[in-house]
Amino acid sequence: MIKKEWMKIVSVDKIAKDSYEMMLENEYISTHAVPGQFLHIAVPGHTLRRPISIAAVDKQAHTTTILFKTVGSGTETLVIYEIGTELDVLGPAGKGFPVENLHEGASVLLIGGGIGVPPIYFLATELKKRGITLQFILGFQSQAYMFYEKKFQSLGETVIVTDDGSYGEKGFVTDVIGHVAPFDRYYSCGPLPMLKAVKNKLPHIEGYLSFEERMGCGVGACFACVVPTNDQKGYKKICQDGPVFAADEVIL
Amino acid sequence: MIDLSVSLPGLELKNPIMPASGCFGFGREYNQFYDLSKLGAIIMKAATGEERFGNETPRVAETAAGMLNAIGLQNPGVDKIIENEIPFLTPFSIPIIANVAGSTIEEYEKVVATLNQTNAISAIELNISCPNVKEGGIQFGMDPAMAKTVTEKVKAISNVPVYVKLSPNVSNIVEMATAIEDAGADGLSMINTLTGMQIHLPSRKPVIANKTGGLSGPAIKPIAIRMIYEVRQHVNIPIIGMGGIQSAEDVLEFLLAGADAVAVGTANFQNPLACPEIIDDLPTVLEKYQFQSVREATGGAHHG
Repeated sequence: MIKKEWMKIVSVDKIAKDSYEMMLENEYISTHAVPGQFLHIAVPGHTLRRPISIAAVDKQAHTTTILFKTVGSGTETLVIYEIGTELDVLGPAGKGFPVENLHEGASVLLIGGGIGVPPIYFLATELKKRGITLQFILGFQSQAYMFYEKKFQSLGETVIVTDDGSYGEKGFVTDVIGHVAPFDRYYSCGPLPMLKAVKNKLPHIEGYLSFEERMGCGVGACFACVVPTNDQKGYKKICQDGPVFAADEVIL
Repeated sequence: MIDLSVSLPGLELKNPIMPASGCFGFGREYNQFYDLSKLGAIIMKAATGEERFGNETPRVAETAAGMLNAIGLQNPGVDKIIENEIPFLTPFSIPIIANVAGSTIEEYEKVVATLNQTNAISAIELNISCPNVKEGGIQFGMDPAMAKTVTEKVKAISNVPVYVKLSPNVSNIVEMATAIEDAGADGLSMINTLTGMQIHLPSRKPVIANKTGGLSGPAIKPIAIRMIYEVRQHVNIPIIGMGGIQSAEDVLEFLLAGADAVAVGTANFQNPLACPEIIDDLPTVLEKYQFQSVREATGGAHHG
């Protein structure tokens, strides 16, 4: 269940251009968070909270790791906080990636783009524990923005693509989908155009997409972040019903 | 003991704090954070005659001391609200105010007639001021003659008192308020959001898909205070005040300007516990400024 909690900043590290890894301490969040969920973080002086997805949890140390890019004054404020500062957080927010019906030995492709990569990492560590075979396609703007390459390589076959070809393959994540070994299911997180391209590229394979969207309340009350669906209701709320949806239930 | 109670047409409030329409859904999400029975009342998200899916996303953008939104009155339609949402709210035993929106006078009448079938609603907030849909009623909120007509039509059929929600996007708020009072409204609710825009530098395009959105939050509080102050001098019906309230001090400021009760909107997004925290703080703040009750503070800026 989502709660309003205080999370203490344990560490902040720059891991790539404009990209930061922040570790936060709070037992309730680290105990209950599952891959795909996010934290809705209040930044003093800002009206709206910032939704940031979870990249890892350590249940023993009671820590939760988030990765974010500095894209404006809110995230720029976050990175200059001193270690030990307590952040006002709503979480764990949203529903995670469905993994219950995956059998041991299944093969899964995980596709992440930019700041959509962190939740894919959390998911990968959980799937690895279940004995799932993993392959990754990770897309970044350029080499300067790339992070976690070695961490992913330790979990499975990893293909990196960059928009400008400065590292790995040049192009989009969808350009290399045809090169990977056969898989039973895919999970993807990234900007909307990427999710749309992934869904179109893999029409007959079970897949789950995690969305990024500007949010208001983050709890499902304000209807700021909705996505059209093909069910009777016609839409779903990204913050509350998602951010993860089955690829075949959303209209992109 | 500070008396927080307020008695308004159709509304016996144990305290003057209610979440504003559109900022609280139908209450379910915030009930995860606290017991809704603590609230003075609840104003539901707008109801239209039929289901509406709203605008394209992005629908929100942050601004200095506020935010823009253009949701577009997304709601399941009045029938589903009566079937699914009102039964959830009634056990909390607080007055329920239904916000009613429409594109035409007929749609307003249809929604009100449908709401007449339930006895769970204590009052209607007539939304003639949503700036975010082409036909969301703001045409009724910007012309005094049209505002008067829609108010009269709704008053003629409603079983419960009608509070008309004013748009600040007018040149003369007093003229609007007096036209609505003359039409027989039981109260006013003010202010709705101010139309604004934000442009995204990298793409050179408006951030919000609807291009314009309604500005809310602390940025608009001085405008709300000024408008309530002016309207209070010219109308006698009660006012539910709103616009950027974040604290019990803000509530007192609205009361002094002339509000009888208040609604809290954008602050819920920043802090889901905004309403109960303000309710808890209000007695201390009233006492600090030598008031024994909410009623005593109302209109205080106009005395002497």
